[in-house]
Amino acid sequence: MKEELQKRIVKGPGGVDIEVEPLRDYYCEAPPTVMPAAYSKIVEDLFNWARSESIWILGFGTGCGAIEMRPLMTPRFDAYRYGIQWRPTPRQANLFVISGYLSVKTLKRAIRSYEQMQNPKYVVGLGSCTINGGMYWDSYNTIKRLDDYLPVDLYITGCMPRPEALLQGFMDLKKLIRAGNAEGANQYAENFKWYKDNQKKVIKDWDMPDYSW
Amino acid sequence: MAYSPDRSQYPQKKADGTLDIDLSSGKYLKLWQGPQHPGITGNMSIEITVCGDEVVEGITHVGYLHRGFEKLMERRSFIQCFPIVCRICVPEPDFNEYCYAAAVEELAGVEIPERAKWIRAMILEMGRINSYLMYLGGQAGALGQAVISQWATYVRDLMLDRFEELTGARIYHMFIMPGGVRDDLPIGFKKRMQDTLQEIEKTMQDIYSVMFCNAVFHKRTEGIGIIENRWLDRYGVTGPCIRAAGVPRDVRKDQPYLVYQHLDFDPVVGENSDIYTRADVRRRDLLLSVDLIRQILSRMPEANGSTMATIPNVLHWKIAPGETYVRGECSRGEYGYYLVTDGSGYPRRVNVRGPSYTHAMSLFERMVVNCNIADVAALLVSLHTYPPEIER
Amino acid sequence: MQALYDKLKQHYALGELSEQRADLCFFTVPREHLSSLLLYLRDVEGYTHLVLLTAVDWIEQNQFQLTYLVNNRLSANDIGIRVLIDRDVASMESIHHLWPTAATYQRELKEMFGIDFPGSPRIDEDFILEGWQDLPPYRRDFDTLKYSEQTYRDRPGRVTHDPASHMKQQLYPDAED
Repeated sequence: MKEELQKRIVKGPGGVDIEVEPLRDYYCEAPPTVMPAAYSKIVEDLFNWARSESIWILGFGTGCGAIEMRPLMTPRFDAYRYGIQWRPTPRQANLFVISGYLSVKTLKRAIRSYEQMQNPKYVVGLGSCTINGGMYWDSYNTIKRLDDYLPVDLYITGCMPRPEALLQGFMDLKKLIRAGNAEGANQYAENFKWYKDNQKKVIKDWDMPDYSW
Repeated sequence: MAYSPDRSQYPQKKADGTLDIDLSSGKYLKLWQGPQHPGITGNMSIEITVCGDEVVEGITHVGYLHRGFEKLMERRSFIQCFPIVCRICVPEPDFNEYCYAAAVEELAGVEIPERAKWIRAMILEMGRINSYLMYLGGQAGALGQAVISQWATYVRDLMLDRFEELTGARIYHMFIMPGGVRDDLPIGFKKRMQDTLQEIEKTMQDIYSVMFCNAVFHKRTEGIGIIENRWLDRYGVTGPCIRAAGVPRDVRKDQPYLVYQHLDFDPVVGENSDIYTRADVRRRDLLLSVDLIRQILSRMPEANGSTMATIPNVLHWKIAPGETYVRGECSRGEYGYYLVTDGSGYPRRVNVRGPSYTHAMSLFERMVVNCNIADVAALLVSLHTYPPEIER
Repeated sequence: MQALYDKLKQHYALGELSEQRADLCFFTVPREHLSSLLLYLRDVEGYTHLVLLTAVDWIEQNQFQLTYLVNNRLSANDIGIRVLIDRDVASMESIHHLWPTAATYQRELKEMFGIDFPGSPRIDEDFILEGWQDLPPYRRDFDTLKYSEQTYRDRPGRVTHDPASHMKQQLYPDAED
């Protein structure tokens, strides 16, 4: 565990001693749970419709595909007209676009960002390198299959995918959500141990809590 | 009014030169900016320790985008390296292609056709415009002017259309091959290029009046983030950052490559070396690139046969032992490839010298001290750093 | 370049000069002369810009070659100084007091090649990799393909061809070699 996560005593203003135990104070220890569908199908459909029309993307450019996000935000391609927008913090976002290759160091941050996002949440893998390693198939520092580590709802192929391909991908994701098939977050909760084992296999220095939200 | 921080509250230096920061004293606060943070260029992070809202220490952390290119290239043949080198730098990939191709050509003794040189120079200038437009959007965005980013990305898209027409791809062009360029200009390309340049110039005027004449932009950038003259060489400052400090250092002029000796231009220099000057130098450099493309288009020799020199069978291409370093002036500074061959069909060692390597690491860590938290993002953007070329 | 080389040769035990281009040359110096040579080049001859510092792994000779490339802005030429060090006890004098920015290069070399630079700031901190436990990855004896196959799972269906034999089969199946 990192030094910041150890139990320690901090001097507050005015000389008060404050005991801090980061793991208990800042993190929730409970593992994620499956979110059940609404009690009636018509309500669930309404929810899914609403979710599909407000896709808010986390502004975390994990790889080179992030450069095609800029054109999507600007007048030429303008993804805002489909209810898609970018948010600076995981707490406000519900779609995590893994924009390309993930090095092990970024994977660690990506997992944390993903876990901090609120349900319902979706993951889109972008580019060939998230699918099978792409160009970096023999690299010692990039993962090859994203779905081993995070539940991916949709892949967009290309190196890198054009903005039109991204828009098409978002449209497909909308269809998935409306049909109630974008169950990535629930999969993650169900197979939590499997995902964690995979993650810990590549992240050799696991120095954070198992679930951080 | 000049701002003079009160040094008395700052931490003392320990014997080994590091700062004596006791976090439990409650006086200092440690903040992480990045990797998931809107005020960060690309995917890197800064660990800053603040006292009040002033930074006492800043440490850059990189490595989030490391793919091990230099290792991967050692196990790819010379032609197999060519499609992956452009992935090292996203906003301006062409410099990787050019530097790699030029280094291979030099060691293999390949002379490329004259017209290919002109086309290469044009592509590099087009890439430079793209990169600067991206920068202008980011610099304005870091200070809250979102509209500049919209305009700049719009005209950048027009330039990407020209790239697409020429090379078939928007971002990664893979056009400058060892031996020349893949193809000649399409019919009517010059005319459409002129139109695009005109549109860019028009937008640049708007950007000038909205961004550079804006009182808030002036106030937040003038006199902030100054690179002192004595740091320039010690910290390996190159490109617009050194030109903004008044040193007319431009590889295109000092050690001309490709066709730059046939073009008329003077390096753009500034005086004050603050964030504003750096932004202004880049704006004027962008306009210079527009002018250079016009010169290249008008002076380019007529199409005359292939744009590729004859190169050996690439599947069995072996290059005699040797080492070389090839550099070019990219939008952020000096970009270079150090290539060592050992007589086999694979490079022995490739080292990429990206300008951000020195800017974002040692120089930024030096500059961020005494800066306010609110200015950190603007300062980082003003160095125009791009993490993939630091860690490759 | 030749004139400067002759002048330097009087004071330092320089290796053979190889002129790669009119504005770029390389030569070898013994490791104990490096620091004073760089200082001389920087302060007297005007080679003020440290372009790069990198290493080449000559595993066959059991040596690392360190390349210090310095640039003179006024006369617009570069000198590449090679230093050969032993691969087993890879350690070299730090030059961060000449160029503070060299500390970054040295951190990278420490991590990627395992070359130690005692006294260089933050030399032991992680630079690019995090929690790396294997051999330093840029060493020639580190096999990236093997590591990647062992660590990351492949998606079935990916095929790799040897380019030479595959192209021959596709394009000229009848031709001889």
